[in-house]
Amino acid sequence: MIALLLRDLRLAVRAGGGFGLGLAFFLIVVVLVPFGVGPDTAVLSRIAPGILWVASLLAALLSLDRIFALDYEDGSLALLATSPLPLEGAAMMKALAHWVTTGLPLTLAAPALGFLLSLAPEAYAYLFLSLLIGTPALSMIGTFGAALTVGLRRGGLLLSLLVLPLYVPTLLFGAEAVRRGADGLDPSGALMLMGGITAGCFALLPFATAAVLRINLR
Amino acid sequence: MLRVTDLSCERGGLPVLTGIGFEVAAGQALILRGPNGIGKTTLLRTLAGLQPAVAGTVTFPEDEGAYASHADGIKTALSVTENLRFWADVYGAALPGDILETFDLADLADRLGGTLSAGQKRRLGLARLGVIGRKVLFLDEPTVSLDGFSVKLFAKWLQETHLAGGGVAVIATHIDLGLKAPELDLTPFKADVDAGGGMDEAFL
Amino acid sequence: MSMWEYANPKRFMGWTRPVLPWTFGLAGLCVVVGLIWGFFFTPDDFRQGSTVKIIYLHVPAALMAINAWIMMLVASLIWVVRRHHVSALAARAAAPVGVVFTLIALFTGGIWGQPMWGTYWAWDPRLTSFLILFLFYLGYIALWEAIEDPDTAADLTSVLCMVGSVFAILSRYAVLFWNQGLHQGASLSLDKEENVADVFWFPLLVCIAGFVLLFIALVLMRTRTEIRARRIRALEARARRA
Repeated sequence: MIALLLRDLRLAVRAGGGFGLGLAFFLIVVVLVPFGVGPDTAVLSRIAPGILWVASLLAALLSLDRIFALDYEDGSLALLATSPLPLEGAAMMKALAHWVTTGLPLTLAAPALGFLLSLAPEAYAYLFLSLLIGTPALSMIGTFGAALTVGLRRGGLLLSLLVLPLYVPTLLFGAEAVRRGADGLDPSGALMLMGGITAGCFALLPFATAAVLRINLR
Repeated sequence: MLRVTDLSCERGGLPVLTGIGFEVAAGQALILRGPNGIGKTTLLRTLAGLQPAVAGTVTFPEDEGAYASHADGIKTALSVTENLRFWADVYGAALPGDILETFDLADLADRLGGTLSAGQKRRLGLARLGVIGRKVLFLDEPTVSLDGFSVKLFAKWLQETHLAGGGVAVIATHIDLGLKAPELDLTPFKADVDAGGGMDEAFL
Repeated sequence: MSMWEYANPKRFMGWTRPVLPWTFGLAGLCVVVGLIWGFFFTPDDFRQGSTVKIIYLHVPAALMAINAWIMMLVASLIWVVRRHHVSALAARAAAPVGVVFTLIALFTGGIWGQPMWGTYWAWDPRLTSFLILFLFYLGYIALWEAIEDPDTAADLTSVLCMVGSVFAILSRYAVLFWNQGLHQGASLSLDKEENVADVFWFPLLVCIAGFVLLFIALVLMRTRTEIRARRIRALEARARRA
């Protein structure tokens, strides 16, 4: 299973765009927001937690359709499905690889972008923490969505339609944790609930993903 | 080693082949013949477990099957060696020392998958079979885009390494590999239009 | 004879044909009687005035919006476990009906909300949950439409429905965490003191019965259409092969 993770990471590094594009998109969205809502720092600082979370969610969404599409086209997915590697494990590794290439860089970059939106100083730690806990769930849910649409030629748009409603709980808890942090309240409840979602996603969704892949490979 | 009894398989919801039965002993190969569209690929995919059979059974030692189709699963951004090592790791096997020579890939070892010609890619895809060490191979047109020399190379590996080592192969192919293997013509097994099975049957 | 026999497509077409007009008739009767009774023969609420009467559309629609999804979940489970084609097609048939009920609930809620809370829309947990439910319906329908092979589509949408249900429930409680809301408590419950008064209760029950019957009738009719479409598909596939 580690072999698959390492291969995917190596591919992401070599093919380019894996790390960079999502991050660049994140940066652009965050930069565009003040153009849209005006330069008032009080307003920006109020909406910063939500904007940062929504932007990282969209950036994660951007690369989802590549999780399985390339492997499906070149036949590796069918070969993986007939290999001794359990497909459930492969699904989890795919999600992890996606997280390392998108979720993790977003988590690291988000505090820097928080400055652009005058995020309250108390909130930085919670922004980092909530993204660290929450983005793995985004990757796992997205992997499930990618598996659902892998057989479709133009699945990209459909993928967003399927995945975004599933992102709602993670987004709610994530942004809420940062907001509470910014307001000086205790965000541990939101963080723990989000941790629960992430753990639940990694416990259950690999099975759903593998089932869906088997159906799509028939 | 491989036993198939009364197998029916479907494509697009309709049964294409019915009542297929054969047995392949260790060290033997079976060549599938039949016109285009008869269902060779469908049969091989069903044998390999990628799609469920409508009826019948396929038995071979557990964890010994491997499937290879037109799509080789080669990653364009990985080198030839990296491609092979990945599959060796997935199957928990060691990379045989002579595998590159066997498939005439030694000169290409560090070339990226994306820079290979169609025939070279095919050789790499076939070399995967030599790496994973599976005994029961289901091969769908393994020689497509190979030149005469490469076909001989592959046939030699199949005969002298795989089959001689007690392996089994079911091969759909149109060309003569020069193997001493029985042929199975699928034409008599073609499913009747009104044959039972298939997912839409309940609606008729 | 097992009850599953009724789920065979041919038998299903047989027994639904006589049942369907009666279901439609009964549904129409209940809805009309319930609405007239509710609109014209109940007193105005002492606080909400005549505005309260939209309850006769709002509550049954909201109820059926959720029940339609639950029915789809059950049908999906039956398809996955027992592979009855009619079950998968009934789930498919129910989705657009559920969407319409969800929209009715959202719209009537907005119309009701304007005089009561002074706004058509608020990010209240209940309203938000319905909006999320609406998105789930859209995704489910879009997936059905996108996949050509009907059995593959049935399998994939079933998995989506199951996973979606879990996430819908999660979202329901997540929005409670996020915003406590304006919406009044449930209109119908067995254990609460603050239920709506009996005068409003009975016409409401008739309306709910009408909406349930209407849902059943629409789903039966749409399932019959889906079965016919599948039959055409099957016949065409065989004609092409012959």
